[in-house]
Amino acid sequence: MPLELVKRDAPSQTMVVAAPFMALGLTILTAGITFAFMGLNPIEGLYEYFVAPLTELWSIHELLLKAGPLILIALGLSVCYRANIWNIGAEGQFTMGAIFGAIPPILFPDWTSWITLPMMLIMGMVGGALYASIPAFLKVKFRANEILTSLMLVYIALLILDYLVRGPWRDPGGFNFPESRNFSDEQSLATFEGSRLHWGIVLSFLAVPIMWFVMSRTLAGHAFKVIGEAPRAARFAGFSAKTLTYGALMFSGALAGLAGIMEVAGPIGELRPTISPGYGFTAIIVAFLGRLNPWGILFAGLLLSLSFLGGEAAQITLGLSDKMARVIQGLLLFFVLGCDTLIRYRVRLARPAQAKADTASTPEPVTREATDAA
Amino acid sequence: MSSSAALLRVEGLTKSFGALVAVDGVDLSIAKGSIHALLGENGAGKSTLVKMLYGTLQPDSGAIVVDGALRVMASPNEARALGVGMVFQHFSLFESMSVAENIALALDHKPTPAEVTRELADFGARYGLSVDPDATVGDLDVGVRQRVEILRVLLQKPSLVILDEPTSVLTPQEAEMLFGVLRRLASEGKSILYISHKLDEVRALCDDATVMRHGKVVARTDPRKESSASLARAMVGSDVSSVNRKQGVVPADAPLMFEVNQVTHNPGTLFGMSLKNISMRVRAGEIMGVAGVAGNGQKELFDVFSGEATVELDGVRLAGKPIGSLPIAKRRALGAAFVPEERAGHASVPAMALSENALITRKADEDGTLGAFGVLHFGVIRKLSSSIRTAFDVRSAKGDPAASTLSGGNLQKFVVGRELSRMPQVLVVNQPTWGVDAAAASFIRKGLMELAEKGSAVIVISQDLDELLQISDQISVLSHGHLSEPFNTADVTLEQLGLLMGGDQGGGTAQMERSHAA
Repeated sequence: MPLELVKRDAPSQTMVVAAPFMALGLTILTAGITFAFMGLNPIEGLYEYFVAPLTELWSIHELLLKAGPLILIALGLSVCYRANIWNIGAEGQFTMGAIFGAIPPILFPDWTSWITLPMMLIMGMVGGALYASIPAFLKVKFRANEILTSLMLVYIALLILDYLVRGPWRDPGGFNFPESRNFSDEQSLATFEGSRLHWGIVLSFLAVPIMWFVMSRTLAGHAFKVIGEAPRAARFAGFSAKTLTYGALMFSGALAGLAGIMEVAGPIGELRPTISPGYGFTAIIVAFLGRLNPWGILFAGLLLSLSFLGGEAAQITLGLSDKMARVIQGLLLFFVLGCDTLIRYRVRLARPAQAKADTASTPEPVTREATDAA
Repeated sequence: MSSSAALLRVEGLTKSFGALVAVDGVDLSIAKGSIHALLGENGAGKSTLVKMLYGTLQPDSGAIVVDGALRVMASPNEARALGVGMVFQHFSLFESMSVAENIALALDHKPTPAEVTRELADFGARYGLSVDPDATVGDLDVGVRQRVEILRVLLQKPSLVILDEPTSVLTPQEAEMLFGVLRRLASEGKSILYISHKLDEVRALCDDATVMRHGKVVARTDPRKESSASLARAMVGSDVSSVNRKQGVVPADAPLMFEVNQVTHNPGTLFGMSLKNISMRVRAGEIMGVAGVAGNGQKELFDVFSGEATVELDGVRLAGKPIGSLPIAKRRALGAAFVPEERAGHASVPAMALSENALITRKADEDGTLGAFGVLHFGVIRKLSSSIRTAFDVRSAKGDPAASTLSGGNLQKFVVGRELSRMPQVLVVNQPTWGVDAAAASFIRKGLMELAEKGSAVIVISQDLDELLQISDQISVLSHGHLSEPFNTADVTLEQLGLLMGGDQGGGTAQMERSHAA
């Protein structure tokens, strides 16, 4: 059955809303089929993944705990993506933020004033921003593709963290385990009574309305959108591409860095070789699933957090590999991008005559292209 | 023109795009072994015609006859199989590959690079077109790249070679060498279709010429028997509408609003045109027209005037104040306004609402669109946008629609109106009515004239000579990055302008040619 895509006259507003739900539906369907192939009851599998984590209070806490960094990172990424800058390196900026923010508690463990924690958070942001300024510099100066540079810098950051916790920053009293010393109370985010949930999460959720205001109600947000949609119009408007490139990447790096230090000063409480289950990468999906809109990102962050929890639950109850969570996240991104096509294009059945005679008669796309060129 | 020996014949070829008939019943016949010129201004339909001959476009009606047999060229592949080869104006080479690899890719019989190297050596010796087959294309300059393009076509052993404005990127010496190659090819019995607007070249090189205007053939002639002036007249036409503005009445002591002093600027891109020693003086109340065929430096000129490209501080002056090195935002703040050629993507953001597009050039304090910390005052912005829409008769959907939903003419009225409503001291506009319907065009021209009447200096860069003759006080011609001395619109003749547009430097030759023709 030959299908073809035909460009719509105007983007479909219905599809803007419907596409994420279609993507979610297709993901659930495909995941169910996958479970069936693995010899599981698909209903049971889907229940463990998407419903079971919502049935108990402690797991709802966990849901929020994991959604926090996802939302914070995705908010930053959405600024980059609006500006057409493809920052894929949030995982590295997250890690660098954690390392920078951990300097006070690890190098100055006895400095425990009320200002220690704010200082750590600020340093975390600085670390993430500085690390994101590297791809910005390479892009502005040498026109190096930021997708590659930011992604490669992720692995460098992870190796630096690994080196630090196995080498100079290893806890002297830690029996040679690859861990830093534990952070004291003054060096950690306070938690809510009886749970692992900490105050940083409130900060992450507060960032949502703030970002909505910045992006939709200020000149800075306007500038990022203009340069992303039409770079020449941005130049014409007087916005500097260089400033905007540094601005978008460093802002996004700062938020990722903040998420990083909040993770180690929150639920983890020390530096370790692994401090993230891939928040920086999953946040890319969150940003797109949320349509680069802060409110959308809020919901997408909760949904993706659910997929992490579901993955853990399914590991325990169904004996599935933890890779299944990654598979489901990958499916979701795949379907999101696929369904987004429907916003600008509609699908129709190709007329058989045309499909057969693809060389003899004029294929329609060629004519259209030529008309545009003329 | 002996039709018996015609290699390619075209009869009644027609192609429309919507309401626009780009090519209208064109007949054309190219003899074996001849160099045939296709002349015309931009938008005359030359490119559309040639695309149909090379199979990238399909005609709506009409016939193409190759070697006496009726042919349908559904794709460039089929055109190549029939012996038609084409050298495009903008090259299509892989920069990271070697010359031999690039050429091997284009040949249907898929030779090895070694075979290509051998053939290249043969052809190079025969035509004097030597290139290093192992050189990486990215390292070659434009002239050599074009040689590669030509060799790539020649190795396909075509019987008809089409060249689209081949000398626009060449130095005179390189051009002379190219002519030698083309003459040699013609003497071997190959036919050449040579698209150009450079009249001297055409007279020196071509055996036949077909002149197009507004999609139709308006003259068939032997260019060697014509003067540049008579060719120019045929190309430009003489149907100039009556002047309806009192021109040249600006007093000589009116203050200078915009000055450009001997500015030289290299855009630093492969296909950009360098500006050479540009000077211009525009007084308050004056409209200065800049004529010329697209690609002769119009874009670069606009960039230098607007500040999207900066030059030395003293190179450009606004009401006496040096602004040459200031960016566009500062120039706007000093009272200048700009309308670039491309309305979608440069003057406006297609996906954004009209109100957001109004903001693009209206961020100054007096616009009141911005509050503290860059907070947008959406109420003011919407009011601004709707006042522009009312004042300039912008027809669009209700509410605040995206710029992309407007027709070309309405969007153009919006982006011109956005600047006119600021009452700038100096307005620079590039191709104000390009591709715009007649009603919108006359509305925009009226707006420009009114602005000048109120004492602003207006610079109009346009390919449309009729438009410039209608609205401007003085006209300069931009050709190959040179800007001519200004002529008073009332005194200038079409021949003079046509000759300058065809690459003639200065008015002296024009005088000579005219007496020659008389």
